[in-house]
Amino acid sequence: MNSQSDAPGKAPAPSMRRRSFLRSSAIFGAGAAALAASLKPLMDLEKFTSTEEFLQKHYKEMSPADMAKVLARISREVEKQYDVRPHVRDLRPMDGVEFVYALNLTRCIGCRKCVHACVAENNQSRSPEIQYIRVLKMPHGSLDIEKSDHNYDPEKVPEKGFFYMPVQCQQCENPPCVKVCPVNATWQEKDGITVIDYDWCIGCRYCMAACPYGARHFNFAKPSIPKERLNPEMAYLGNRPRKIGVMEKCHFCVQRTRTGRYPACLEVCPAGARKFGNILDPESEVSKILSTKRVFIQLKEELGTSPRFFYYFDV
Amino acid sequence: MTQAVRNYITFLTRCARIAFVGDWRYYAWMGLLTAIVLLGINAYCKQFVHGLIVTGMGDEVSWGVYIGNFTFLVGVAAAAVMMVIPVYIYRNKELHDLVVFGELLAVAAILMCLAFVTVDLGRPDRFWHLIPGIGQLNFPASMLSWDVVVLNGYLLLNVHICGYLLYCRYCGRTPSRWFYIPFVFIAIAWAVSIHTVTAFLYVGLGGRPFWNSSIVGPRFLASAFTAGPALIILALQVIRAVTHYPISDKALLTLRSIVQVSMIINVFLLINELFKEFYTGATHVASAKYLFFGLHGHNALVPWIWTAIVFNLIAMFLLVLPVSRSLKWLNLACVLSIIGIWIEKGMGMVIPGFVPSTLGMIVEYQPSTNETLISFGIWAFGLLVYTILLRMAVPILQGRLARANEGCGVLEDGLPPKVETAIEAH
Ligand code: SF4
Ligand code: SF4
Repeated sequence: MNSQSDAPGKAPAPSMRRRSFLRSSAIFGAGAAALAASLKPLMDLEKFTSTEEFLQKHYKEMSPADMAKVLARISREVEKQYDVRPHVRDLRPMDGVEFVYALNLTRCIGCRKCVHACVAENNQSRSPEIQYIRVLKMPHGSLDIEKSDHNYDPEKVPEKGFFYMPVQCQQCENPPCVKVCPVNATWQEKDGITVIDYDWCIGCRYCMAACPYGARHFNFAKPSIPKERLNPEMAYLGNRPRKIGVMEKCHFCVQRTRTGRYPACLEVCPAGARKFGNILDPESEVSKILSTKRVFIQLKEELGTSPRFFYYFDV
Repeated sequence: MTQAVRNYITFLTRCARIAFVGDWRYYAWMGLLTAIVLLGINAYCKQFVHGLIVTGMGDEVSWGVYIGNFTFLVGVAAAAVMMVIPVYIYRNKELHDLVVFGELLAVAAILMCLAFVTVDLGRPDRFWHLIPGIGQLNFPASMLSWDVVVLNGYLLLNVHICGYLLYCRYCGRTPSRWFYIPFVFIAIAWAVSIHTVTAFLYVGLGGRPFWNSSIVGPRFLASAFTAGPALIILALQVIRAVTHYPISDKALLTLRSIVQVSMIINVFLLINELFKEFYTGATHVASAKYLFFGLHGHNALVPWIWTAIVFNLIAMFLLVLPVSRSLKWLNLACVLSIIGIWIEKGMGMVIPGFVPSTLGMIVEYQPSTNETLISFGIWAFGLLVYTILLRMAVPILQGRLARANEGCGVLEDGLPPKVETAIEAH
């Protein structure tokens, strides 16, 4: 504050103006150069999004024509990336169908065949690894998940004194993941399957924090699948390849189950531990199991999520 | 009308210009902050290209320091009301001319919050999905959508209040009460809501017992009303030292009593929580055990939380003792409580919610270097914004930047000469 000597109202001398002009251009020049340098990593950016994808509407707001365009775009992109022409469909839920899963804990031997069949069927990233099914090795007599072992790796399964509990999306009737999503990128369909629009998800991972079953998986990096392993039979809400930065999870193999087939994990199970079907049909296997077994378990029943995934025992 | 617009544009240009001039200390400080911001931008570009894999987060611990900092800063923003309430409700004279500094801090804090959420997104390019009308805001079901609404609303409220008051001062006009008093009162309620909503973000998750507790909301408010005013106490002293703006010790001591009471409540609530977790000994205590004592040999958070507790306790004792009437001790108490509460909300609140995971797996979290750089970048950005806002506000409040001295050129300190009539104009 030593400026009192200047008479009020006096404009600064021209030399001072020039000096300050030079100074500010130097500052701006250096700033621009530093900014450019700091943005350098962006040079490695491969195709991140396209105008078409960027402007794409929410799944529920698309007309059939919009959807046809989107499916064509996906097909084009997949072919370009994997050299495989996929068959991508938008499969809607069937009327009068509500899917449930029942899993026989007496039979499961913990071989993890379902885990790998799921990865292959649903085009999950191999690196970094994403798996929808987690098989928990549990000590006999307890259903306390905190006692479970996720990384068991013995010579031979099953091991004495343990049972195995595969956990995947429980397709809750009251799904907390849907409630919390800020942009409606995930919702429950009328056949009971909770799906994700991978092109709408903003990747906030709130649903991941909300899911009590560790069922949701996030693409922390660009997913990678060997070309020859790609499953070309795809559905929009199902197993089409995902992008970096979005959420995914088990969707009861919509690309199969909505066309009358069984989920991949069921077909591969060597122990016959997995049962799947329409609970609205009283003759279905799952209806019979659920009406005859004295006890079945919904994981963390006390949370009120009301899973459509039931665990039961033979005895 | 057009004249009014032209006047306003002149005001904005002069404000913008003044942000680029100052003495060597100003340039050094701004240069340092800019350098850190650029490092942060660089780190963010890497994250943008390679994905969130470059952070320490993963499927088990899926939120980290970004959301931790976000939570802390929402508290800082909310704490501005702790200056507004004494001034507008209790007509506190000491704080009257300072309240705008608190509100400007809230503006800077909210901008930091928005930056922290943005860098946490996997698909920042799709942010427009959050905009009602063109996107699909899941309101009112999702607490995150509430947060988007209340944070942006709070930002607008504060920008309006500060902007209006400063502009009036610039023009030498008495502000019209109708233009800001209603907003001040809305902002008071709104401030409480931003932090409550942020707490509900966690509280609402039944699958995470560590968060699913009704005490989280009150604890958030108590800790915010400790750390926020503590930060303001420090900021005010810096302003006083650098600009000679008149700030009385009495004003600082008024804030001290707020920090004092809030800290006591904060520690009391912590004790409540600890008792409930550990005395009942139910199975859900695993996260708390992990946080305070470590679980099955995993104890990454233990040093953090004990540092926080020790800092908070020392700060509390300093604050209740008369020694903290001397600024030296008060400042120490403020620094300790800011650090303590920052840890408590980030490392001590967000992370343990994920450990053990919902399926009982223990995966520990350490922020990566890249993640840390981004966080520092955002903090530097916030300080940069706050400094610029102060650089504009202080001369306006001092009457050195006013309508009356438009076109007068600038003196060596970058400010125009003071025209005596500037203040008496109305
Ligand atoms: S298991 Fe998790 S992901 Fe699946 S519906 Fe329930 S909450 Fe959602
Ligand atoms: S990560 Fe995607 S699906 Fe999950 S809550 Fe966020 S936007 Fe919704």
